[in-house]
Order: sequence, then structure tokens, then C-alpha cells
Amino acid sequence: MFNRIYKEKGIESVLFFVSTLTVAVLFLICLFLFRDGILLFKETSLLDFLTGRFWYPTSVNKQFGLLPLFLGSLLVTAGAILFSVPLGIASAIYISEIAHPKVADFLKPFIEILAGIPSVVFGFFGLVVLVPFMQNTFNLPTGQTALTGSIMLGIMALPTIVTISEDAISSVPSTLRQGSLALGATRWQTIYKVIIPAALSGISAAVMLGVGRAIGETMTLMMVTGNAAIIPSFPGGFLDPVRTMTATIALEMGEVPQGSDHFYALFAVGSVLFIITFLINLIADSIKKKYRFKVD
Amino acid sequence: MVDKLKRYAVLILLMIGLMFLGFGCTGTSYNESPSLAEGTPAGESKDIFLKGSDTVLPLAQAEAEEFMNENPGKSVTVTGGGSGVGIAALIDGEVDIATASREMKKEEIEAARVNGINPVEHAVAYDGISVIVNPRNPVSELSFGQLRGIYNGSIKNWNEVGGEDRPIVAISRDSSSGTYEYFKEEVLHGDEFRPDALTQPASGGVMGEASQNPNAVGYIGVAYLDENVKALNLDEGNGSVAPSLENITSGTYPLSRPLYFYTNGEPSGLTKEFINFVMSEKGQNLVSEVGYFPIKQ
Repeated sequence: MFNRIYKEKGIESVLFFVSTLTVAVLFLICLFLFRDGILLFKETSLLDFLTGRFWYPTSVNKQFGLLPLFLGSLLVTAGAILFSVPLGIASAIYISEIAHPKVADFLKPFIEILAGIPSVVFGFFGLVVLVPFMQNTFNLPTGQTALTGSIMLGIMALPTIVTISEDAISSVPSTLRQGSLALGATRWQTIYKVIIPAALSGISAAVMLGVGRAIGETMTLMMVTGNAAIIPSFPGGFLDPVRTMTATIALEMGEVPQGSDHFYALFAVGSVLFIITFLINLIADSIKKKYRFKVD
Repeated sequence: MVDKLKRYAVLILLMIGLMFLGFGCTGTSYNESPSLAEGTPAGESKDIFLKGSDTVLPLAQAEAEEFMNENPGKSVTVTGGGSGVGIAALIDGEVDIATASREMKKEEIEAARVNGINPVEHAVAYDGISVIVNPRNPVSELSFGQLRGIYNGSIKNWNEVGGEDRPIVAISRDSSSGTYEYFKEEVLHGDEFRPDALTQPASGGVMGEASQNPNAVGYIGVAYLDENVKALNLDEGNGSVAPSLENITSGTYPLSRPLYFYTNGEPSGLTKEFINFVMSEKGQNLVSEVGYFPIKQ
């Protein structure tokens, strides 16, 4: 009897310990990231960093301007979302509402496999297939453009968006569906006027998580976007090379002397990236919580 | 009971937190590699430390591995960081050999003298950088002025340098590449790279883009050349020179450079053994294997 209680408490405390460890790790990552990032501002002002238009980390007159990198990330992510959200939501609706259950059972695992492909493989595919294709199709100086990155990223964000939207759509109570059909609405009207509004919170969360996935992606973008640190124009900038924040860190971390301004600048970029993804996850979470079962 | 458990867990968490914090604090004292060179004469030590250029790194590593294979019990440790980092470590007496893909600067030699270090130069291999274009590109030579113009952005079209009417897509390397630094110093002479230059994370990426894009121009180590790209002849004012073995080892090709080992005084003991090994026929064969050019023919 005593032994059983003892054992249970033991297991419980181990589990508690492990789960709090995760939180502790998060806090430590924050701490180290921000500690080194803040050191940049001894030399460069925060305003210069956030609004600087040039990223020249190794020249004599060092300039650490975040703007080209931030806008690069923004442009590529926005393009990816424009591409993957309609496609993802449409797929989710098809799978959960329209497709024959057998077809849906066949499609779902394939979409999930898409999530498991390593990003370097996507990058390689993009480099070998999509980059020459873009160059020839749009008759560009180079096929390594923001749009190329957006398309690859859109494909990579698809599984997240499809899976989570599909969950949201499936969890709409069937009474709603039946009620709508009973009132004489067609199947399309039911989907469009009842099911999608009812699942909207889940779908929004899916989109936000897709954004989070996209903005943090590194390897694929480094391979297909050309990594030119220029402020992209809009919308023409889609056909120019861009450089994202993640690619900058990956490109330059290799040999940056530890403790130099450049080193701290990369940490500062990392901190910005961390804050952005943190906010996105927070928003996704609050959307999910706030609107859950609103339809009851 | 639950309260006790909570307190217990919080305590453990705190301890772990402190532990990590401790790790973090030791981590802040960067650049403190073991300074064994001080005090002990190099001749008595069973291990030596090399630090410096990342261009030399693959070569030094290959040489060290082979050397340690032949001489069990002796250890050669090689780290990168860049030529400047290696030379700084030599000046501080932290390493036995500093590897460098450039000559020591005057100020560095003076700083070394002040610290009582007498740097001695050993050229161990040659490296050449070739400028490459797509094989479909009719341009086959560039002057240094043209190359500089292409990379600082003042020349934007191939027809300005005798080619077709196509936009120029300049490919550069990431800033952690030694080749990047060298190219910037030798070709750009203080100009910035044009900001719209494509940045590739590896020589393979430069090759890939140049081999499929007729607008592209890039620069890579000569060791990477193959038939998918065309290496340009360069003209520094003394006629156009191809990046061939003879031109690189004789120094007539403008983008060639010797790779150096720097020691404190004439090498002795294990340092001497290692440098002798690198200069031996076997060591110089390794140089070609790694992709550089032997200093001894």
C-alpha cells in the first residue's frame, strides 16, 4: 500500500520535473539570447538597428540595419501565406466535407508525410527544379527570388494548415450541419455559411501556426532566395533576390568572432525573430481559446 | 504532502537553473584556449596547437591527421577562426602555429615584437581563386577594373565588358568565408559588395548557379573548377592570365596567394617535426589532395 503511493508520487514528481524543465529551458534560451543581443546596443543605437537600411556586418564602417532582413522575411512569409492559406483551407474542406471517406483516408497520411520531409530536401528541390523554372518563365536575371522562396515555404506550411484546419472543421458539431441541410441549404451553402464560420477560430489558429512555421524556416530559404540583403520593393520585389533574418544568422554565424559587434548583432536578430514567433504563437493560442465552442 | 512536493520541485529547478547559469558564466570568457606555449619550451610538449585561417583549416586538419597517424602519442590540435584570430593568438603566445591565408601586417609584427614574439613565416601551399561564368557566356577575360566594377555594382550589363546584352548577376559568398574576405580585399579595394549580389553559403552553391544561369558571375577556389563552368582569364595590367597550375605557383595569376604557417622563432621540437612533415613529399601530396597547390614541385 505504502509502496504504491510512494511509486505514484515518484512518477508524478518525475513527470512534473520533466515538464517544468521544458519551461526552464525556454527561459534560459530567452536569457542567453537577449543577454548577448542587448550587448549590440553598446555600440549601435536601437533605432539604428531597427531602421537601418544596410546590412554590412564586415566592412570598415559596420552597419547593422535590420530593415532589409526584416522586410525580406516579411515578404517571403507573406507570399507563402498568400499561396498556402487558400490552398490549405480548400484542401481541409475537401478532405473533411466533400471527399469520400476512403479518399480522405488516402489523402491525409500523404499530407502528413509532407510535414516530415527535411527542409534541406525542399531546398534542394527548389534549387534544382524551381529556380531554373522561375528564371525561364519570368525571364529574370536569376531564379533565386523571394517568390521562389515563398512557393517552397508555402508547400512546407501546407501540412500544418491543412491538418489543423481539418481538425477544426471536423469538430464542428454535426447538429449544425444537419440543421443547415434540413433548412434547405445546399451542401456548398452549408460549407460556406455554416461550417466555415463555425470553424473559423481553429482555421485562424492554423493560419497563425503556418505563419510561425514559415517565418522560422531557414535552410530552404537560404538555398533558394539568393540572400541579397536589399530592401525589397513591393510587389516587384517578389521577383528579386531577398535575404531573411534566419538565413542571415545561418550564413554568418559560422566564422563570426565571438564577442564582436557582429556576433551580438546576430543575437539581436535572433532575439527579434524569437519575439516575433513568440507573439505569433501567443496570438494563435488566444484565438484558439477565446473562440472555442462559441457555437454551442 | 503536495506542498512539500512543490517545495522540493522548486528547489531542484532552482539548482538546475543555477547550474546552467554557471555554465553560461564560464562560457562568457571567450577566446581562452589553453595557453600551453607560455613557459614550457615547445620542444618538450607532446602536443601542439594550430589556430587561424579557415581556408587553411581543411589542409591543416588533413596534415595533422596524417601526422598523428604516423606518430602515435603526439597530438596536433587544429582550430579555425580566421587568419586574424590565429595571428592574434600567436601574438598572445597561445598557440604554437598560426595559420594564415595572408601575410602578417606590419602592425601585427610590431605587436608581436612588443610581446617578445618573433614571428617566422613558412609558406606551405598556394591557393588560387578563379572567377567563373556560365559556359554559354562569350566573355572569357576581364580586367581587374572590370571585375571591381561588376562586384561594386557600377557595371550592370555584360555588354559593358564585351558580352551579350544581359544583366549581370554577381554571386558572392557569405561573410564567414575566407575567400570572401580575400576577394573583397584584392578586388574591391575598400568598396562594398553590391548589395544585390547573391550570397551563397558554399562554393557548391556558387557553382550551381553559375552552371545554370548565363547571367551569373562568381568566384571560387580553383580546386572546385569543373567543365560545367568557365574560368575567366584575369588581367591585372600585365596581359590576361589563365588560372593554371604554372601561373598560380609562379604568382603571375593575380588572384593567387600563398598559405602560411607562422611560428614564434625558428620552429623546434614537435612544431619543427610537423612543419617538416607538411613540407615533405607526402605532406605536399596531401596539399594537392585537399585542393591547393604544392609549394614544392
